[in-house]
Amino acid sequence: MDVKDIIKPENRVYSKSPVLTSTIMHYCPGCSHGTVHKLIAEVIEEMGIQEETIGISPVGCAVFAYNYIDIDWQQAAHGRAPALATATKRLHPEKYVFTYQGDGDLASIGTAEIMHACNRGENIVVIFINNAIYGMTGGQMAPTTLIGMKTATSPYGRDPKLHGQPLKITNLIAQLDGTCYVTRQSVQTAAAARKTKRAIKKAFENSALGKGTSFVEVVSTCNSGWKLSPVKANEWMVENMFPEYPIGDLKDR
Amino acid sequence: MALRGAIVVDTEKCKGCSVCVVNCPTETIALSKEVNSKGYNYAFMASPESCTGCTNCATVCPDTCITVYRIKV
Repeated sequence: MDVKDIIKPENRVYSKSPVLTSTIMHYCPGCSHGTVHKLIAEVIEEMGIQEETIGISPVGCAVFAYNYIDIDWQQAAHGRAPALATATKRLHPEKYVFTYQGDGDLASIGTAEIMHACNRGENIVVIFINNAIYGMTGGQMAPTTLIGMKTATSPYGRDPKLHGQPLKITNLIAQLDGTCYVTRQSVQTAAAARKTKRAIKKAFENSALGKGTSFVEVVSTCNSGWKLSPVKANEWMVENMFPEYPIGDLKDR
Repeated sequence: MALRGAIVVDTEKCKGCSVCVVNCPTETIALSKEVNSKGYNYAFMASPESCTGCTNCATVCPDTCITVYRIKV
């Protein structure tokens, strides 16, 4: 059978979600951001909530998320996305509100905002991209940077005596009574990406049920910041990030 | 019953990251020798007869540039 006989509209099993715009993403080749954007768009499409969803974009590479996911967006000052999401959700309780934040944004500059929003149990979804580095600004050390990991501001590797320990903020958030669902996922393989999609869908469903804050951490790569090829970065993540940030649900009630 | 699949890559959007290549269980995909207007070696079906249309490549593609077709034969 010829390939031309297979490529027909009636045989199509996977195509770009209409919630994603056709703009070419500015992300580096192989960046996890693109995969997570796609999964969010697919969940929004499947739930039919494109008109009811408001995203809060962070400061960082994902600041341009509004160019790629065709929903309403707001852009918050660095780390303040949960505060803006709180206001948006309280003013529009019928809407689905989610924040999309990196580790520098959520775990360093916005620690107060995320802790208190989760503790209050705001009915929002938090998507947390943890790549252990400040990606956009040039690969500086983040609170989540692993011990011994070389970055632009820790050229000899992170030293716990000098820089402290990697911050497992998801574990802290799981202890707060306001959160209903806290999970850690990844997107390096198709199976992992499908699990992450299920987690994101569950988080949005929790938001509609008014159960509290849902928190989805996605352990990600920053291959440019890590100075590795996309495939090598995924391998490095599995080898080094997963022991420190193990995949799985931390809380589900 | 066997499954036959095929993929269509949006070559202008593809950045040649190879994540689809390593995720393909049947080693159907490879990076082309030719480049697109940005200079990236885009992904293509190197052995079209082995594709099963499993959608793994499209699921992990960060730039969502792969469309998958499947047929039962």
